[in-house]
Amino acid sequence: MNRAPRDYLKWTVGIIVVVFIAVLPLVWIFSLSLKTPATVSDKSFFPKEFTLDNYSTLFQGGFDSPLLRPLINSVSIALIATVIAVTLASFTAYAIARLDFPGKSAILAGALAIAMFPQISVVGPLFDMWRALHLYDTYPGLIIPYLTFSLPLAIYILVAFFREIPWELEQAAQVDGATPWQAFSKVILPLAAPGVFTAAILVFIFAWNDFIFAITLTSSDASRTVPAALAFFQGDSQFTAPTGNIAAAAVLVTIPIIIFVLIFQRRIVAGLTAGAVKG
Amino acid sequence: MADIALHDVTKRYPDGTEAVKHLNLEIADGEFMILVGPSGCGKSTALRMIAGLEDISEGELRIGGEVVNDRAPRDRDIAMVFQNYALYPHMTVRENMGFALKLAKVDKAEIDRKVTEAAEILDLEVHLDRKPSNLSGGQRQRVAMGRAIVRDPSAFLMDEPLSNLDAKLRVQMRTEVSRLQRDLSTTTVYVTHDQTEAMTLGDRVAVMRGGVLQQVDTPRVLYNSPQNIFVAGFIGSPAMNFFSGSIAKGKLKLPFATVPAPKGVDADGDVIVGIRPEDFEDAALAPEGHSHGVSFAAPIEVLESMGSEIYAYFTFEGDAVSSDELAELAQDSGVADTPGAGAGRAVARLSPESDIKEGDKAKLWFDAAKLHVFDPADGSNLAHRAKDDPKRPPPAGEDEPDEPDG
Repeated sequence: MNRAPRDYLKWTVGIIVVVFIAVLPLVWIFSLSLKTPATVSDKSFFPKEFTLDNYSTLFQGGFDSPLLRPLINSVSIALIATVIAVTLASFTAYAIARLDFPGKSAILAGALAIAMFPQISVVGPLFDMWRALHLYDTYPGLIIPYLTFSLPLAIYILVAFFREIPWELEQAAQVDGATPWQAFSKVILPLAAPGVFTAAILVFIFAWNDFIFAITLTSSDASRTVPAALAFFQGDSQFTAPTGNIAAAAVLVTIPIIIFVLIFQRRIVAGLTAGAVKG
Repeated sequence: MADIALHDVTKRYPDGTEAVKHLNLEIADGEFMILVGPSGCGKSTALRMIAGLEDISEGELRIGGEVVNDRAPRDRDIAMVFQNYALYPHMTVRENMGFALKLAKVDKAEIDRKVTEAAEILDLEVHLDRKPSNLSGGQRQRVAMGRAIVRDPSAFLMDEPLSNLDAKLRVQMRTEVSRLQRDLSTTTVYVTHDQTEAMTLGDRVAVMRGGVLQQVDTPRVLYNSPQNIFVAGFIGSPAMNFFSGSIAKGKLKLPFATVPAPKGVDADGDVIVGIRPEDFEDAALAPEGHSHGVSFAAPIEVLESMGSEIYAYFTFEGDAVSSDELAELAQDSGVADTPGAGAGRAVARLSPESDIKEGDKAKLWFDAAKLHVFDPADGSNLAHRAKDDPKRPPPAGEDEPDEPDG
């Protein structure tokens, strides 16, 4: 970096301000999660009475505990949705990037339109449909809408990545004796890995963060995910708000996302620096 | 090892354009065949049809005697070197070279042995564990070659493999390719737009234009008796000079001289005459007692001394010859865009002892026996046309073949 010291200072201050604004609410929630019910609304940043009760009560009672079952649901549903979405999206994107077939642009335009569709407008009909189809309050009942809204984005990302890969690489593989599937899985897919991981992260985050489908299409712990479960938290008595518990759950919910992004971010960077074809 | 035969092969795209038209080509076992032509002439498409990367719309392709039209590339036992090398960026050099063998389920020790052997031939041993992104252009090119030779395929297909290298490396790799092919004696089809590569590498050269095969023959025959004006203009550097002339009563009238019409050419009327730069000479240095020599005076515009030879650009009365074939060649080489391309200009290759000066009206000499005479209507070589007609005597020049100097 060859920046003038004044530029450097400007950037440093700017970055600190942005990070402060972004991180402050998270830190505040973390602080709330460590407070006792009595001090939870004392408006001080540092807890005066420090406790881990908020966390432990979340898991009291094993599978009947407020958070364990929803956490399992969340992880499972988000992972299944991610795997299916990325698999389907890589096939679709590969076909779109490589083949010239009628209706190609219509598919892309349709996918984009679906992604932009307001989710709230489909929730009502879905509720009715899912009850008729016995999908209400099941894993597939959530996975299907998540796929609908995350697939278009995944397809767009992967099409962009596949288009970057020179056609010749696949032809070289074919001439080298690869079947179309081998050419795809051994040459094209590894090269598109950064795209695949980017798509995976975005799909996972979408499924993990969703509230509107989760609250509407579930009714019990059988499939209720964490964001929806948070709304059903109760205080210790009817006079105490479950603020501390909600804060603790919010902190716990954030951790998997951070881990997920950190793991795959390394892969993304590794993939991007893997090397070009000619130079 | 196998021979490759294309019989009446046509490539037609869905929109009706034909990239390759009724191509007939027999490539013998172990032969080094060059497909050459300006961009868009269909040479790459022809190669890709042999590889199986393009469907064959019509006709028949045989490799080793078997019709392979409908076989996938992997079932044709051919190896291809791509213009951009198409190395797998996520694999090391070793993995790149062994990929085909791994797919063929050859056992690990055998793959290792073959890769090491190929790496030795190509001087790549120290690079085996590096990724393509850490290699120089020449090294990548060698890896691409290595990937082809480890497989010991029945044929090599090369699509302008040297065009991404800088000039010096290209000359070196050209020799390398030539040596490799000679050592392995594997049937090779090599596509290039560079006529020097075509002349130096190939056992035989196929010149294509607009999807149509113009002539297939050894470089020497192509050079000395081109079948038409396109081949004549394409092969040779600097290119053949063309003049408009006319024949009447056995006399050929050129812009700067009148000479007896070459033997075997008895057409009357307008013709296009081609003279190679090296068939000119400084009149003062002209060979003594040459029976076909003709001298003339021409204003010298520019002299380029190369040390071993001198290129003299002179002007002559009248316009440059215009024909579709020459226009296409000029377009391809970019000459069409240079100023003064339409004026009457020609280049002569003179001996380095010549003391002709720029701006002089110098006396030049040319060998009238080495004229090439073409029909202005269809560009065909009139001497050839005469030869094809059995009733006519053999044309001049055919019975005294001379060395290509290019």
